[in-house]
Amino acid sequence: MADQKLTPVLEARGLVKRYGHVTALDGTDFALYPEEILAVIGDNGAGKSTLIKALSGALIPDEGEIYLNGQVVHLRTPTDARTQGIETVYQDLAVSPALNIVENMFLGREIRRPGFLGSVLRMLDKKQMLADATTYMQDLKFHIQSMDQAVETLSGGQRQGVAVARSAAFARNVIIMDEPTAALGVKESGMVLELIRKVRDRGLPVILISHNMPQVFALADRIHIQRHGRRVAIVRPQDFNMSEVVAIMTGAQDIPEDHRRQLKPFQQVATQDMG
Amino acid sequence: MNDAEMTPQSKAAGMGRMGAALKGFALPPTTGPLAALLLAGLFFTLQSDRFLTGTNLSLVIQQVVVVGSLAIGQTLIILTAGIDLSNGMIMAFSQILISGLFLANGLPAPVAIVAGLLAATAFGLANGLLITQLRLPPFIVTLGMFNIAFALTRIYSVTTVRLTDSEWFTFFGETFTIGGEDGTKFTYGSVLLIVMCFLTWFVLRQTSWGRHVYAIGDNPEATRLAGIRTNRLLVSVYAIAGLLYGIAGLLLIARTGVADPQAGQNSNLESITAVVLGGTSLFGGRGSILGTLLGALIVGIFRNGLTLMGVPSIYQWLITGVLVILAVAVDQLSRGGRRG
Repeated sequence: MADQKLTPVLEARGLVKRYGHVTALDGTDFALYPEEILAVIGDNGAGKSTLIKALSGALIPDEGEIYLNGQVVHLRTPTDARTQGIETVYQDLAVSPALNIVENMFLGREIRRPGFLGSVLRMLDKKQMLADATTYMQDLKFHIQSMDQAVETLSGGQRQGVAVARSAAFARNVIIMDEPTAALGVKESGMVLELIRKVRDRGLPVILISHNMPQVFALADRIHIQRHGRRVAIVRPQDFNMSEVVAIMTGAQDIPEDHRRQLKPFQQVATQDMG
Repeated sequence: MNDAEMTPQSKAAGMGRMGAALKGFALPPTTGPLAALLLAGLFFTLQSDRFLTGTNLSLVIQQVVVVGSLAIGQTLIILTAGIDLSNGMIMAFSQILISGLFLANGLPAPVAIVAGLLAATAFGLANGLLITQLRLPPFIVTLGMFNIAFALTRIYSVTTVRLTDSEWFTFFGETFTIGGEDGTKFTYGSVLLIVMCFLTWFVLRQTSWGRHVYAIGDNPEATRLAGIRTNRLLVSVYAIAGLLYGIAGLLLIARTGVADPQAGQNSNLESITAVVLGGTSLFGGRGSILGTLLGALIVGIFRNGLTLMGVPSIYQWLITGVLVILAVAVDQLSRGGRRG
């Protein structure tokens, strides 16, 4: 799979973002390849969430370019990102508790009835949405009792499952998972992680932001390590153990200066020096 | 794949499914207000012979037409987790403007009415823009707008004027009879209230806009992240509420035959009372128009029934206050139960 010529699905080059005197992103690069789960890790203040916000359209970087399937894209709002087929799942269970599962899945993308009822009366096609939502859930083998139950009747893990299913249904290119299990217990997390694997196996690449190292190692195909506003290394979990990765992440182990700029996907020059 | 395999059996998940199962048998949320309305009706029927007559019940409906219209707008706003303290004053301004344009400026009645409705809509629009663009709390914005509209009304006119010279003003106060010669008389205004309730119910239940109104009150951040233009949505809610307040002004003119600069000073609390008694949550995202209609009728029936029993009106205020606190307490407790 280490094909150097493969075009990244989502790529960023030289992203810079400054907040006053603070430089959150200092020329960071990023690349996500097809059918992989790429974990993004970094200490607090490493620019991890700023990077993710730039990729999901939640903020506009000061410098640098973002490429989607090799083409430059400008993601100025989360809606831009969604239009480009990039969906984001947030850590804080971004669902509306009082709305039911179908309504949550189609929130902001409702289907209207055909003909006069839809175009003039703007009536929703609840049957169609129920049918589609049921199909999405079945695709992910995500079993739920009844699709018209309010989301507040679900457990935290099931709620996040709804958010994942929604993203999987609408994402054409990328799903970004921003700490998807941070608000969940251990067992609940397991269910969501299983869903993330299924999403990847169905062909969608996933960006996983997580603080949870065992989770990262269990799930990720590659790990992007962010430090001081830059990508300092990309490693494969089978090549390194957790403490080595944490050492790179925190700077306890230094990476030679001349390697920092030449980091390429699957090319673990920098980290192999230390391995 | 079965449930047990897919879902790790945490207690929370078990509770969730139990809750879901219970929800299947749960009564619709308007059951409480409906039961309260029927109990109150039963009580007053036992207390007074004059209560359960067509004429009296028609009167109750007529009495709640104005506050009911205001409460529809208030419901939309409270569903978004907002609040509107300015509605009664917006209504007062629109009716005074209508009368002024018609009597002093000699504009045709329909033109004056349209101007009054537009002015009310503009007030709502201003509320919405201040709340979304300056990120001010709805409570403060609409409290300020309450004072502004109150002052503008008084600056424009301080006298109560008769306004019965045109069929346009009196139409909604006129009656039609159901049930032959001795049947019950209903006003066209009562019909308009029912029609407005139905339309709002339809929009809230059956259109994206309506579902978004619920979503934004329920979880504004999730709604924004879902790509919904939440500011635009909120502005549209406040503007539509403004239009409903204008219609309430027209209904008030039709009912009383006058334009009164003193009108509407307690309407904000009365409309909030109706909304809350109807089971709509002040925290947003939960509630219904049918509930609000029932809530308005509960207040109307209490006022009417207590009057028939000869209870002084100050006690009616007392009882209404107790009812409101009870209704909010029920909402708070049930919400706590859900979250816990």
